[in-house]
Amino acid sequence: MNQPLRQGKKLSLVLAAILAVLTACGGGNNGGSNASPSPSPSSSAAASPQASAKEEASPSASAEKVTIEYWQYEFPAKVELINELIQEFQTLHPHIAVKQTNFPYDQYSQKVATLVPAGKGPDIINLYYGWLPQYVASGYLQPLPEDAFPPAQIESDYYPLVSAAKLDGAYYAIPTAVRTLALFYNKDLFAKAQIAQPPATWEELVESAKKLTEKDAKGQFVIEGFAWEPGSQLHHWFRDGLLPQAGGQDLSEDRRKVLWDESPAGLEAFRYLLDFAITHKTGINGFYNDDSNAFKTGHAAINVDGSFRLGSFKKDAPDLNYGIAPLPAYKSQSAPASFWANAIPKNVQGAKLEAAKEFLKFLTSKEVQEKWVEKVGELPAQKAVGSQDKYAGDEKLGPFIKQLDYSKAHFFIDENQERSLIVNATNEVLLNNVPVEQAFKDLVAKTQKIYDDYWAKQDKK
Amino acid sequence: MIAQAIRLTARKSRELLGIRLSYRTQRYVFIYLVLAFPLLYFLGTRLLPILYAFNVSVREWDLLSQEKPYVGFANFTALFEDEVFRKSIVNTLIYVAVGVPGQLAVGLAVALLLHNVRRFRGLFRTIYFIPYVTSAVAVSWVFRWILMRNGWLNETLLGLGLEPQLFLQSPRQAIYLVILTIIWQSIGFQMLVFLTGLEGVPRMYYDAAAIDGAGPWRRFRHVTLPLLNPVIVFSVVIGAISYLQTFGQVLSMTNGEPLNSTRTIVLHVYALAFQRFQMGSAAAATVILFVMILALTLLQFKLVRRKVEY
Repeated sequence: MNQPLRQGKKLSLVLAAILAVLTACGGGNNGGSNASPSPSPSSSAAASPQASAKEEASPSASAEKVTIEYWQYEFPAKVELINELIQEFQTLHPHIAVKQTNFPYDQYSQKVATLVPAGKGPDIINLYYGWLPQYVASGYLQPLPEDAFPPAQIESDYYPLVSAAKLDGAYYAIPTAVRTLALFYNKDLFAKAQIAQPPATWEELVESAKKLTEKDAKGQFVIEGFAWEPGSQLHHWFRDGLLPQAGGQDLSEDRRKVLWDESPAGLEAFRYLLDFAITHKTGINGFYNDDSNAFKTGHAAINVDGSFRLGSFKKDAPDLNYGIAPLPAYKSQSAPASFWANAIPKNVQGAKLEAAKEFLKFLTSKEVQEKWVEKVGELPAQKAVGSQDKYAGDEKLGPFIKQLDYSKAHFFIDENQERSLIVNATNEVLLNNVPVEQAFKDLVAKTQKIYDDYWAKQDKK
Repeated sequence: MIAQAIRLTARKSRELLGIRLSYRTQRYVFIYLVLAFPLLYFLGTRLLPILYAFNVSVREWDLLSQEKPYVGFANFTALFEDEVFRKSIVNTLIYVAVGVPGQLAVGLAVALLLHNVRRFRGLFRTIYFIPYVTSAVAVSWVFRWILMRNGWLNETLLGLGLEPQLFLQSPRQAIYLVILTIIWQSIGFQMLVFLTGLEGVPRMYYDAAAIDGAGPWRRFRHVTLPLLNPVIVFSVVIGAISYLQTFGQVLSMTNGEPLNSTRTIVLHVYALAFQRFQMGSAAAATVILFVMILALTLLQFKLVRRKVEY
C-alpha cells in the first residue's frame, strides 16, 4: 500500500521540477519566438562566411568583412537575377558579402512590418513605392546618402516618375526598374473586325471597342470590346492617365489636397471611364473573373494592363496574338507608372551603411538595368538606358518605354483604400443608380479625408 | 482486519515542504501540478495575447514605429464614427441571423434523412462530410467561378428563360451567397452533430407517441426537438461564435465588396491591421467583437436553454 504513494510523491516532485524549469525558460523566449522569420530557401546561392560586422567610424573600405542583408519579395525571375548579381558584386567587392531574403508577395508588407519592430530588419529593402509614405512616416527609413545619390543627379538621369520617391525634400528610395500601363490589344480580333490600327485617341478607343464587342442572342457578352475592371488597373488609369489627359491635376504640390474636381476635367475623366460600362456597354466587371483573365483567354479585345503582365502572358498564353500600343491620348499624353525601389532602414550605420551604398550603386548601374530588362521584363529606370534602340524599338517593350517620358506615379497614402473608393464610386453609379456627379463628389471628399487624416498625423510629429 | 488496514492507510500522512499533508491533500497537490502544464500553456498562448490586445487597443501603434502612445478610447470612438465599420457590424449580425438558423435547418434535415437510411450509410455520410474538410479558399473560388457573371449558374438561368443575376456583383445578393457557401461547407459537421443527437433519442418515445396517435410532424415537434435541445443549444452557440468571425470565405469570394455589403468585422480588422497598419484601431475592433461574442453567448444560454422534460 505504501509503495504507490511513495512513487506518487516522487513523480510529483519530478513534475514540479520540470515545471519550474519550463517556466523559467518560457519567460525568456516570449519576445523572440513569435517573430522568427522563415525565409524561403532562395538565399542558398548567396551564402558567405558570417563575419562579425564591426561598427567602424571611418567610411573607407576596411579589410574587415561586412555582411549586409537584402530583402525582396518572391518573384522567381527577380530572385534568380539578384542571386547572380550578388555573385558578381561580391567578386567586385571582396570585403562585402550580401545575403538575400525573400517573402511571398501577398505577405511581404506584413512580414516587413512584423519583423522590423522585432529588430530583425535588413540593410537594404526593396519596397513598393506606394508604401514609402507609410514607412517614412513611422521613421523606419533614412534618406538616401546624398554623396552617393545626389538629388540633382537623380532628377536628371531618371525618368520623372521617380519623383514619387521624394518625400520631405529628400529621396528615400531608388528603383532599378519601373513599370507603366499600356494598351494590350488582340490582333486576331482586330483583324476580324477589320480595324487596322490600335486606337490612339479617346474617341478611337470608344469606336474600336464598340466594333469589337460581340454579344450573343440573349444580350450576354461573348467578347468584350474593352475589358472593364476598375479594381484592377483602371483606377490607376483614371488618376495618372485620364485625369491629366483631360487637363486636370491629381494632387497639389505639397501633396495635401486632392484637385480632381478643381476643374471639369475630373468629372469628364470619371464619366469617360464609366461610359464604357454604362453607355457604350463594351465591357463589364466580373466577366471571366477579371480583365487580364478575359484578355488572356481571348474574350476581351482591348485591355489596359502593365508591363509586369508580359511575363505571365508568355507562360500562360504563349499562342495569344497580341500587340502593345501606347495609351490613347486626349488633350495631352499621360501614362500611369509604378515601381519597386530600394531603400535603407534608419538603423543602418557605419560599415554596413557604406556596404549598402556600394550595393545600391551597383544595383542602379547601367549594366544591371539592362540585365533586369532582359531577365525580369521590367523597364529601365534611367533615361539613358531606356532610350537605346534595342529597347525603344522592341515590339513589346517599345510602347511602354515611349510613355516613360510623360508617365506619372501617384503619391499613395493607402493604395488599398484609395482603390476601394474608386471601385465603390463606380459601383454606386452602376448598381445603385447614383448620379455620376454625386458619386464623383463623394469620391473626392472621401479621398481627401484619407489625405487629411494622414497629414494631420504627420503635422502632430 | 480490513477496517483496521483502511484506518491505518487513511491516517498515513506525508510531508511536503515541511508541512504535514494528509493523503487526500497529497493527491490534490499531484493532480493540480499535472493540470498546471496545460493551464500555463493556455495562459501563455491564449490569455496573455488577449490582454496584450486589450492594451494595444487603447494605444496608437502603426506596427513599424517603436512608440505606442496611450490614447484612451479614441480608437473606439473613431471606429464607431466610421460608417464602414458600422456597416460591417450590421453585416456580421446578418451573417449570424441568417447563417445559424440556415445551417441548423439544413443540417437537421440531412441528419433526419440519413438517420433513416439503412444501406450505404457510411458512403452517404462521407459524401456529406467531404465539403467540411475541403479548403475554405478552394470552395470559395469554385463558388465564385460558378456565380460569375457569365458563369454556369447564369447560363442555366438564361437557358430556362430567366434573367441573369448579378450574384456576387450585387450589393443586395452577395452577402446571402457568401452565407450559402459557408452553410454548404458546414452541412457535414452539423449533420454529424445532429446524427449523434438523434441516436440519443430512445425509440420508445417515438413508439409511445405513435400509440397515442401522433403523426410524423407532431412526433418531430414534441419528441425529437425537445430531446435534441442540448444539441441544438450547442450548435447555436458554436455556430454563432463561428459566424461572428466569418473571414476566409468573404476574403476569397468578394473581399467585402460590392460596396461593403459583405464586409465582416474580422475582415475590417484584417484591413486595419495589415493594410493600413493601424494596430490600435484593429485591436479596438477585436475588443468590440469579443464583447459582442460574449454578450451573444450569454444571451443564448439564457434564452435557448430549457429544461428537458421527459
